[in-house]
Amino acid sequence: MRIGPFLLRRLLLSFFVLIGISVLIFVIARIVPGDPARMALGPRAPQEVVDRLRKEMYLDKSIPEQYFYWIKGVVQGDFGKSLYSKRDVSADIMEYLPATLELAFLSAIFMVIFAIILGVLAARYRDTWVDTVIRTMSYLGVAIPAFVVAVLFLLLFGYVWPILPVIGRYSAWIVPPSPVTGFAGLDSLFAGNFSAFWDSFKHLLLPAFALALGSIFQEARITRSAMVDNMNKDFLAAERGYGIPERVIMFKYLLKPSLIPTVSVMGLDIASLMGNAFLVELIFNWPGISRYGINAMLNKDLNAISAVIIIFGLIFVVVNIIVDLIVAYLDPRIRLSGARGS
Amino acid sequence: MEPLLEVQNLHVWYRVYGGYSKVLNGVNFLVNKGERVGLVGEAGCGKTTTMKTILRILPDQVSKIAQGKILFNGQDILQMNGNALQRIRSQGIAMIFQDPTAALNPVFTVGEQLSDVIRFSLRSIAQRKVEKKSIKQVAMQALKDVSMPDQERILGTYPIQLSGGMRQRVCISMAITTKRELLIADEPGTSLDVTIQDQILRLLHELVKQQNTSIILITHSLGVAREMTDRIYVMYAGTMVETAKADELFANPLHPYTLGLLASVPKLTGGGIAKGIPGRLPDYRNPPPGCRFSPRCPRAMPVCEFSPPPFFDVGYEHKVACYLFQESRND
Ligand SMILES: Nc1ncnc2c1ncn2[C@@H]1O[C@H](COP(=O)(O)OP(=O)(O)O)[C@@H](O)[C@H]1O
Ligand code: SF4
Ligand SMILES: [Mg+2]
Repeated sequence: MRIGPFLLRRLLLSFFVLIGISVLIFVIARIVPGDPARMALGPRAPQEVVDRLRKEMYLDKSIPEQYFYWIKGVVQGDFGKSLYSKRDVSADIMEYLPATLELAFLSAIFMVIFAIILGVLAARYRDTWVDTVIRTMSYLGVAIPAFVVAVLFLLLFGYVWPILPVIGRYSAWIVPPSPVTGFAGLDSLFAGNFSAFWDSFKHLLLPAFALALGSIFQEARITRSAMVDNMNKDFLAAERGYGIPERVIMFKYLLKPSLIPTVSVMGLDIASLMGNAFLVELIFNWPGISRYGINAMLNKDLNAISAVIIIFGLIFVVVNIIVDLIVAYLDPRIRLSGARGS
Repeated sequence: MEPLLEVQNLHVWYRVYGGYSKVLNGVNFLVNKGERVGLVGEAGCGKTTTMKTILRILPDQVSKIAQGKILFNGQDILQMNGNALQRIRSQGIAMIFQDPTAALNPVFTVGEQLSDVIRFSLRSIAQRKVEKKSIKQVAMQALKDVSMPDQERILGTYPIQLSGGMRQRVCISMAITTKRELLIADEPGTSLDVTIQDQILRLLHELVKQQNTSIILITHSLGVAREMTDRIYVMYAGTMVETAKADELFANPLHPYTLGLLASVPKLTGGGIAKGIPGRLPDYRNPPPGCRFSPRCPRAMPVCEFSPPPFFDVGYEHKVACYLFQESRND
């Protein structure tokens, strides 16, 4: 497996993408009218204090130099102060990011599990009602955004059928464990607090499901059509003909090649989960980074905005690399391109 | 001689837009134990369809076996349940596919595919788990048997890393790794260049001799069929039109279609079959009700238009499906 050069190429590319994002963000942040130092200190601060801060923030230097100092901080995790919360942006991020990662992670798991199961079912029972239901749901999934699903869940589980919590990360009577990692599940486990773990998990279910639902059905459709396409391929007829049993044909020889398009699309969906999470976080009162990012934009909190965008970019790039690796694992034609036989 | 495979009055249709494409129209043919049978006919006449039906590996959503029997050692494959069918596939009959590139799963290594073929055939023979190591041994031997060098490395490669000829050899190795009673070779090597095609055919010839299996060799070269087989079937538009011992067929061809084929032999080496016969295969959605060759037949008679001609026995194990030979012994 020549996975090394492949990975190297992807890492290099990602590196340049991230540099690009950071330059763009920096330039935009500096073009926006207003003096960051003055904005940080407020209109009534004396001029010499503002000047001192300008010097501290390297605002008296040229733009390339400013970028250099800024990016140096960013690499060390220093995004400056939030104009709004008056704290270090990195502290805010540490507080809000885990909640969103948790949400996105469970959403991604839902996508992987349900998209594949439903896709296999739709292919297996194609042209029956099972197939029709999944197809209809996938059309609805395209038309209905995640936040509408979130609102529906809120109404359904908040009022009509209250079996799952719809607000926040913990119930009021739970004493949250002290944040070590920031991930509710992990922190509860570290503290040995299983009721908190279970409670936080239940809180996670609805928002994660609302976030994943639309994508699940679309990905199921993609899996289904790839499977149906491959079903009539000669290699399956051959494998069947050599006496390989049907279940091995279905779950090994048919499923693997059929998952390639699903994984590519799923990768994009998962990478954009963070951004899509905003309204879902708002509706379920989820203290996450997407909500923080939008608030930062509304408050023109430039340091916070830059930090959120850079972090989203980083996550996007990392998820994409992982997806590329999985696709390369599934599809030797990609992995080996360049090493083709005659 | 004892019959091994008997196909009787087989009708197979494909579902197409607006109805059925009635491809196989009463196929009859016979392979005896230890016999090498050649099957000749132009592209699209239904050779592959017939063979896939025998193994029951037609794409089930779009195909329909409308009628017929396929007796293998006296038992009808079309009536078999899962287990019996499984036994036929893993021990009875194996097929080498026409296009080796399409017949290999692109996302699994050669070793993975070959091992599964071996594992599931062995398990049903002995009802025992075979250890990984011995499966690998068998796989390496199978590659050796098809003259592949460097077997260990080949097991770890993906089909795209192999040349066309090597893929063809891998396909053959899958079919011969456990001995079957009947081997079906669907135009082996047609997609490859002539020298490699030659090597592949010679290899097959040797293997069949060694293993003493019956073989159905599909080819569109009459020359190859004559050289490599004992008996030949000529197929046209979903029916067998003539069969005889290889030498007899060349010495005494009777069916107008066979005559046309033989007349076009000099042109055969380069291109397709039947360039010498004007006209094309009928539209299977709406085929002629009588003899399917009648639209192209230089000797067609009014009687040919009504119902398809059955096989007429002309002696010397020579049969012709043509009304011109109705007067001969018919049994
Ligand atoms: N899956 C399919 N759906 C519809 N028609 C098919 C399908 N497979 C084969 N056919 C048609 O059946 C006819 C016979 O094909 P085939 O058995 O492959 O012929 P041969 O092997 O003699 O070239 C052709 O007209 C072909 O177009
Ligand atoms: S049956 Fe009639 S149409 Fe068919 S081949 Fe014989 S003579 Fe020609
Ligand atoms: Mg064919």
